[in-house]
Formats: sequence, C-alpha cells, structure tokens
Amino acid sequence: MPNRFPNVEASIRLVLPKLGIELEDIDGASCCPAPGVIRSFDEPTWLALASRNLALAEMAGHDIITGCNGCYGTFKETLSEIHEHPERLKEVQGYFKGLGIKFTGKVDAKHLIEVINDIGLEDIKKKITKPLNGIRVGVHYGCHLLKPSKNRPWKQTQRHTFLDDLIEITGASSIKYKDKFLCCGAGGGVRGSQIAVSVDIAKEKLDNMMEAGVDCIVDVCSFCHLQFEASQVQLNKELGEQKYQIPVLYFTQLLGLAMGFDPTDLGLGVHMINTQPLLDKILS
Amino acid sequence: MTDSISRETIESDDIDPDFLNKVVDAGADRLRTCIQCGTCSSVCPSGRRTAFRTRELIRKALLGLKDEVLSSPDLWLCATCLTCLERCPRQIKVTDAIIIMRNMAVEEGFMLPQHRKASQKLVETGHAVPIDDANRAIRKDLGLQENPPTTHSNEKALKDVKEIMKRTGFTELIKEEKEES
Repeated sequence: MPNRFPNVEASIRLVLPKLGIELEDIDGASCCPAPGVIRSFDEPTWLALASRNLALAEMAGHDIITGCNGCYGTFKETLSEIHEHPERLKEVQGYFKGLGIKFTGKVDAKHLIEVINDIGLEDIKKKITKPLNGIRVGVHYGCHLLKPSKNRPWKQTQRHTFLDDLIEITGASSIKYKDKFLCCGAGGGVRGSQIAVSVDIAKEKLDNMMEAGVDCIVDVCSFCHLQFEASQVQLNKELGEQKYQIPVLYFTQLLGLAMGFDPTDLGLGVHMINTQPLLDKILS
Repeated sequence: MTDSISRETIESDDIDPDFLNKVVDAGADRLRTCIQCGTCSSVCPSGRRTAFRTRELIRKALLGLKDEVLSSPDLWLCATCLTCLERCPRQIKVTDAIIIMRNMAVEEGFMLPQHRKASQKLVETGHAVPIDDANRAIRKDLGLQENPPTTHSNEKALKDVKEIMKRTGFTELIKEEKEES
C-alpha cells in the first residue's frame, strides 16, 4: 500500500481519525508477506516474517490493522497456524533469537473495513455531509477478506452484504452484477507470472460491471486495486481504444467524498483511470 | 485384439509413494478423501480460461506423480482465491495442498523467473514491491513521509528482516541457479 498506493494510504489517514480511530504506525514493518506469493515459495519464511510484523504490534501493545486483503489473509492465517500448532510458534521464536523480538501470539489482526463495520452504520451515517446520491457502485470484496470463512469474523460464509451496506450509507447504490464474488485474478503469483490469464480474469469482472452500468468500482485491497486499475490500462492498450474507463476507488476514498473531504486530499488525482467523470457526476 | 486408441500409461517409475504422504503431513490432511467430483475445477477462475484443472492436479498428487506435478507450470495458475477450499464437499484444503506442492516445487528448483525476482526484492529491501521514485514523489505531494515508516526507513528493521530470511534459508533458496552464475 505505501509503496504503490500512497494515495489510498492518504485517504485512510484522513478518514479513520474522523471516525474515532487513532492510527499508530508500526515502525519497521516489512512486506506482510503475501499469502499466495511468498507463502507459495517458502511457507516457513512467510510465517516468520508475518510473525515479526505481528510481534511489532504486540510489543507496542496494539492489535494490527491493515487495509489490504492480502496482508489480512497473511496475518489471520499466521495467527491460526501458531495458535493451533504451538510448535510453529516455537519455530518462529527460534528464528527471532537474539534480535530483541518478543512474540507470544497474543495479538489480533483486523482489516480496517472490519473496524469501520464495528462502528455501526448509524454512527457512520452521522458523519455523512455530502451524500453520493445517484452514484452506482460495483463492489468488489476480494477473496482473502472473506475466505477461508472458518477463520473470518463475518456473520455469513457467502453472499456477504456488509460492504454493500457500508457503501449505501454514503448515499451511493451498490449495484448487482454477475459473479460479484469472483476473484480479481491478481493473487497467488498469477499476475506476476501469467499476466494474460490474470488480466483476462479481471476483464470478466470489468465486463460484468460495465454491463450493469456502474460509475465506479470500490475495493478494499491494494492488490485488487492494482489489478483493476492496471488491467484497464492494459486492455485499452491492446484494444487501441479507451473502452475501459471505470474509476477504481478504495472504500475510504468513497467514504471520504461523502464526508466532505477534498478529492485531491483523498488522492483521487493520481489514479491510473481518471476519476474526474465520477467526481463531475457527484458534483452535478 | 488391436486397439487403435492411444492410451497414456503411467509407469511405475513415475510414481513416488512418499509424495502423497509428504503433502498430507505438511497440512493437506484430508486429501485422500477426494472423490474426484470436480467441484474445485468448476469454481476455479483460472480453469475457466486455461487448461488448468484442479481436479487433475489433485488426482496426480494422489497417484504420487511427483515430478509431473512439481514441474508443471499449471501449478502456478492458481490465484489462491480459496473458492475450491470453501466448496469442496470433502472439506479438503485444496488451496493449502497447492501451496504445499508449490513449496516442494521451489525446493526442487522449479521457480518462475518473475517470482524469483520478487523474492530477491524482498530479500534486499524487506518488500516484494519496494518504493520507487514516482511513488516517493506522490507521497511527498500528499504530505506523507517520503519513505514509508517500514524497513525502507529503519536500518535495524531491515537488518533483522534480512537475518530472519537468512535463518529460514530463503536467501539461499532464491539465489539464481548455480549453473547459471
């Protein structure tokens, strides 16, 4: 997130404090590392680096909060692995020897959308000053936010609605579209190594959303965000026409607009897909 | 009787009886209960557009066709969306099984060049996707700290992260193949 989408980071840092959530940076965090990528290469390394990030939060006396589904999946799966298999905790403690990293696993990891959801729709509604009436949103939950459902906090195991509800609180409408819960196609190292397959999966979702007539996509994951932005640029290049022009917003950017923040401050001026048509529609 | 249909024969030499045990022991504990129903393949977003068939991969693992599974590029078509794991009627952790087999593949030297590159960046910077000049400039414009408060701006943290990756063997694991260097 900080290395590819500082604009999304800016929106998170603006919006969350206004909702009463105080953020503290973890000094010296590393890559989470990615649950489908680094974990696929060497699981013990993935577990050790994820544990180190969790340990930094634990030592600071806080739970960890992330705005990315990939990081979220990594932290949730790491915690369940070390809680269910105490020998794995010992294993990572062994890797930390002499480095001054204390890790007991008594720490929790949350996605920021979980924290926002816990505030409750009524209280968030009070913060809305500029309702986004008439805006049609294609919601993308992403995979690791929801699955494996056994290790996730959501009420339902499928056909979730919490993100749709959070979007509708801004005054916008969450639009039904085909295969809403389909993967974005980026994860598991597929985007990194098999770009044609990866972009084709994104295209399927983009086409479905376009057919439903959305004004923008809203996501809660930096990798899905990259996938939808960059895939549209690539598809346009391949087609030789600007067919794919759906602005891609992170949730706190949408919520920030409804809370009256300036679009530039929310980082909406540095997107790969121009957000101006959406902003014009909001202002009209 | 003549038989004009060409049949693929699985040679005994191709079967490694230990392979399945290793995958199961590493965490894919219900793998043997697979009934080859094909639910995994039918929900797979990669399978919709490629010849990748999760069911086939699992069947090959069950048969112990280690080399065929580990050397197959198909192993890397899974986007880890976890849909097959959610839907499997035998509650097999399909995605976990694939990740376990990917770990084995890397250990055997089967690693895609792009994946090696991302891993090398992780080893060098603590990030598989490190900061670049363009994003440093955007950070500055948005009033954020130019280098994020991660291993990018904390030397001790980067040193620790590198040391951990040395200890887990990752630094050695992702080095270019010895023949090439």
